[in-house]
Amino acid sequence: MSNAVLVSTTINGDTVEFACPADEVLLDSLRDRVGLTGVKEGCGTGDCGACSVTLDGELVCSCLVLGVEADGRAIGTVEGLTENGDLHPLQQNFIDHAALQCGICTPGFLVAAKALLDRNPNPTETEIRYALAGNLCRCTGYDKIVRAVQASAKDLRKAKKR
Amino acid sequence: MRYESPASTKEAVALLAQEKGSAFVLAGGTDLLVRMKAELIEPDLVVDIKRIPAMTDIRVTEKGFRIGAAVSAAQLGRHKALCKAWPGVVEAANLIGSDQIQGRCTVVGNLCNASPAADSVPALVAAGAKAVIVGRNGRRTVPVEKVITGPGRTSLEKGEVIEALTLPKPASRTGDAYLRFTPRTEMDIAVVGVGISLALERGTVKKARVCLGAVAPTPILVPAAARALIGSKLDDVALARLATACSAACNPIDDKRGTAAYRIRVAGVLARRAATIAFQRAGGKA
Amino acid sequence: MAHDNSYTGQKFQVIGNRFARPDGVDKVTGRARYGADANAPGQLVARVLRSPHAHARIKKIDTSKAEKLSGVKAVITSDDLPDLTGGNRGMTDILENCMARGRALYDGHAVAAVAAIDEQTARKALKLIKVTYQMLPHVTDVDEAMQPEAPVIHDWVFTGGMEPKPTKPSNVANRTEMGHGDVDAGFAAADVIVERSYKTEQTHQGYIEPHACLASVNPDGSAELWVTTQGPFSYRNVCAGLLGLDIAKLKVTASEIGGGFGGKTHVWAEPLALALSRKANRPVKLVMTREEVFRATGPTASTSIDVKIGAKKNGEITAATLDMRYQGGAFPGIWGMLGCMTGFACYDIKNQRSVGWDVIVNRPKVAAYRAPSAPMAAFAVESTMDIVAGEVGMDAVDFRLKNVAREGSQAPYGPIFGPIGIESALQEVKKHPQMKARLKKNQGRGVACGFWFNIGGQTCVDLNIGEDGTVNLAVGTVDVGGARSSLGMIAAEELGISYDDVKVHVADTASLGHNDTTEGSRGTFSSGMAAIFAARDAIEVLKDRAAQMLDVPRDAIVWEKGEARAKGTQYSNLPKLSLREIAAKAARTGGPIAGHNEVTADGAGVAFAAHICDVEVDPETGLTRVLRYTVIQDAGKAIHPDYVEGQFQGAAAQGIGWGLNEEYVYGEDGRLQNPGFLDYRIPVCSDLPFIDTKILEVPNPNHPYGIRGVGEASIVPPLGAIGNAIANATGVRMHHVPMSPVRVLDALDQAEASESQVSAG
Repeated sequence: MSNAVLVSTTINGDTVEFACPADEVLLDSLRDRVGLTGVKEGCGTGDCGACSVTLDGELVCSCLVLGVEADGRAIGTVEGLTENGDLHPLQQNFIDHAALQCGICTPGFLVAAKALLDRNPNPTETEIRYALAGNLCRCTGYDKIVRAVQASAKDLRKAKKR
Repeated sequence: MRYESPASTKEAVALLAQEKGSAFVLAGGTDLLVRMKAELIEPDLVVDIKRIPAMTDIRVTEKGFRIGAAVSAAQLGRHKALCKAWPGVVEAANLIGSDQIQGRCTVVGNLCNASPAADSVPALVAAGAKAVIVGRNGRRTVPVEKVITGPGRTSLEKGEVIEALTLPKPASRTGDAYLRFTPRTEMDIAVVGVGISLALERGTVKKARVCLGAVAPTPILVPAAARALIGSKLDDVALARLATACSAACNPIDDKRGTAAYRIRVAGVLARRAATIAFQRAGGKA
Repeated sequence: MAHDNSYTGQKFQVIGNRFARPDGVDKVTGRARYGADANAPGQLVARVLRSPHAHARIKKIDTSKAEKLSGVKAVITSDDLPDLTGGNRGMTDILENCMARGRALYDGHAVAAVAAIDEQTARKALKLIKVTYQMLPHVTDVDEAMQPEAPVIHDWVFTGGMEPKPTKPSNVANRTEMGHGDVDAGFAAADVIVERSYKTEQTHQGYIEPHACLASVNPDGSAELWVTTQGPFSYRNVCAGLLGLDIAKLKVTASEIGGGFGGKTHVWAEPLALALSRKANRPVKLVMTREEVFRATGPTASTSIDVKIGAKKNGEITAATLDMRYQGGAFPGIWGMLGCMTGFACYDIKNQRSVGWDVIVNRPKVAAYRAPSAPMAAFAVESTMDIVAGEVGMDAVDFRLKNVAREGSQAPYGPIFGPIGIESALQEVKKHPQMKARLKKNQGRGVACGFWFNIGGQTCVDLNIGEDGTVNLAVGTVDVGGARSSLGMIAAEELGISYDDVKVHVADTASLGHNDTTEGSRGTFSSGMAAIFAARDAIEVLKDRAAQMLDVPRDAIVWEKGEARAKGTQYSNLPKLSLREIAAKAARTGGPIAGHNEVTADGAGVAFAAHICDVEVDPETGLTRVLRYTVIQDAGKAIHPDYVEGQFQGAAAQGIGWGLNEEYVYGEDGRLQNPGFLDYRIPVCSDLPFIDTKILEVPNPNHPYGIRGVGEASIVPPLGAIGNAIANATGVRMHHVPMSPVRVLDALDQAEASESQVSAG
């Protein structure tokens, strides 16, 4: 590894350090150096969303971020969705609504759907569809994914009221 | 490859000017990293501008708006005053890619990438945006339409960066709009794009700017299309003349995304539709 | 032991419910391990150098500089893959497709490969390999490739299926003909004859997970391959054959698979990873880029099709013919034959003939894509059916019902259909609320039918009962869309226990007998059948053990609802023994309790679907949007309705993408212009509406539970359904798929021009 750069970052709330070449993308750093293989590569060009993560709270494709850019910033991945070992309502609803078949796109969808519900707790079907347009799924025709997100929005709103 | 993230524009300019090898500015990275992945470029130096305060915010000034070069399209979409003043510019920026891309991509990056099909550029040109360019010999301000000189080519000199874009404060009774045509609803490159801004006086179009994207080597400002609208109340005759002028201004190619004939035809269709939206936004009544 | 596969008509306890899938938690937490998610100590990274030319002679490959680069551990060319196939044409084609042998046959054809200590080094090494090409003339269009003046790609291809055998080589690998009756007499009896020609462009399966594997070959000839595949056993056999390994010494483990749809039924770069590992004597990980997936792994055929249908005024079809040219890429395929089998299968046509041509061009080797060959044939047939219906003045659905295939109808490929579901599907169409919904200006509705024959094939499963009474079912068909749930439900149903007590695993190739690839909608059908039989075996063992425990004769024991009971009044005081109780005593009653089954699962029930599609067409841009969509399909018996619906919806979405926007675009230079998800436009979430489904259940008589494969049939109707909907919205018939905005606007313009000519005349 020539010209490696030391990166100190926060991933799913934990402080993490890794060294990577300056031209390595965050996707590869997360998968190959930090071991977070829940982040998937479907295209490497920002067209499929399988590598979705949050960077300082903003939804991004980790294939279009350099690993070195993560220095001093906070990253969220699918591995950080569970809280105290409990599945996030989105995770549970994806299982309950059969919103995954092969599952390769699922981590990206979950991260993107969470970003949507964090800023819009009560999205319409159209809003959900446009917000998830950056995540390709080839198995489901999106039907059960949209339904799982609708159900999750409802569950989360209910939980908030309590 | 070396990676630098300077804290000031001056430092960024110095880094870029001094580099002997190939040097690139990294803003959102949504074009740059794709080109690196495809091995179309192999940078020796990448200068990340996202830690430069002057480039990372949107300022409301007396004259209008100043949008930092590293401001993401998502940030634009969240800026209420900007959305109200220049909805066409914001909607054009918000059409670039997915939410994931929105979180990273910048309108200045969209401009500097110099694609003929860049979504935000026709809207910026129509709105009369200017680029604040900083180099070793100081700063200059140029209209956005003077930045792109050809596909992938800009008028920036070595060591120059765009620090920000400015948008004027819209005069009263002004409206702008951007429409593009893509086969999919999202995640597509414009086959044709049209940005239009209009200013009305007593219900009649007083000023107009019309800019087309993806129909020529660069986005093109079409004065004849503007003339077709000026003095009208956007009646059918004016709209037909607008469509004809837009189609006539096209100089497109056949490519994987569409044929030249299709682009010429649809440029007129979209221009009519965009003008109608801009007119309504300006408070016009058909 | 021979088992009876007849449909039993039993009442189900478990089947038909919607349980959580066993791999669900792993997949929503990121823990599931796919092709690229495995690592081995000391592994190297592989990269493949690919031809930038459509057709070129490889005069020289100089790898010396790459080999000298620090960190490079192996460089291979075809010299490292000697031909060990013994003249087996199918295998030599696979070998040559994996790596060019003297000639690059398409843009993206592998020419050399390297293994290095990291990605950067491997990329650098590729740039140091110098290949000297001599350009050869190329052809990428199916019709052009059939012309006499076309460059002949292989001098060894003489069209098969022709009498007499041709004396000159050509790009036409094979001619297939099927049908029955007297076509000429049938057309002579017709009141109306419609003849049309259609084209469909090439599409890719578009699975989101690129091909990926981790290969490890030891100097002693043993090897392991972790790989994303639909067919670990087939991959094992093919890779062992190409590399000269013993089949038993190559263990293939199927990773979780990130979509396949037929594209992961064939080996692509796996033999290269194994060859690199052998040469470097280290594990090698090879992950394709998306661009490589598009350029070098099998898309489906593009086609050019002529169809002719004759009918009487009362709507009875008297004769029909199809002439179909399927482009199979750089090697011979079987695509024309599959088109012949499926084209007219939805209808009872007494006089019919289908001819299929397999054509070779300079494009990647075509692979199966969900009901391969059927969607193109159906587009031609279903479009023409609507036209004929119009000519005889009948409603398009009534016209189909008038001619629909029923039990007793003869399939195009010969057999007589048993009980089938296309008539009930069309009746459901007529009843469906979507058919009554009002359409606005520029909107239209289309209906189309589709058929897939489904397959069974070689299957082997193991069922092991633990001492606590929970059950492991090991299967050799990979789970592409929730099959583990369905198979667990089947085992639970048969054993009479709870679904939660069964855990299904996809076993590696060292742990089970051969299983055919998960293709042809066979996974749940055939492994389900084997699971039933294995459970029945296990029940026999359980009954033996119960007899011992109760000290009664073996034939006094019956198995009911998960319990053994001694029948007869003399035993009425004896307790019933649950599976759990028997399992707990296994160590003392004869050891482990297991069931096993190997079967060639025959009698795969055929599958039919009918779809309803509403579209809106923008007359100024040619843009078509799908407003509403309904899938009606016969599942035989839906084991897990969620995943049956999922198959219907996913297949329909792929068909919609194919119908509207997806296509390979080749330049004049023979190079693929859109090898990425940006310009190869698969539907995104906002492109589609909810896809309604209606599951019909016409039991398959040749499966104990009545199961039919459900995975494929619903990719067949969408092209025709969309074409018919566009025709009804605009009055213009589309003959070229995808029906993209440019093509639709062009067709609208042409129609307008000819109309104004007519009115001027």
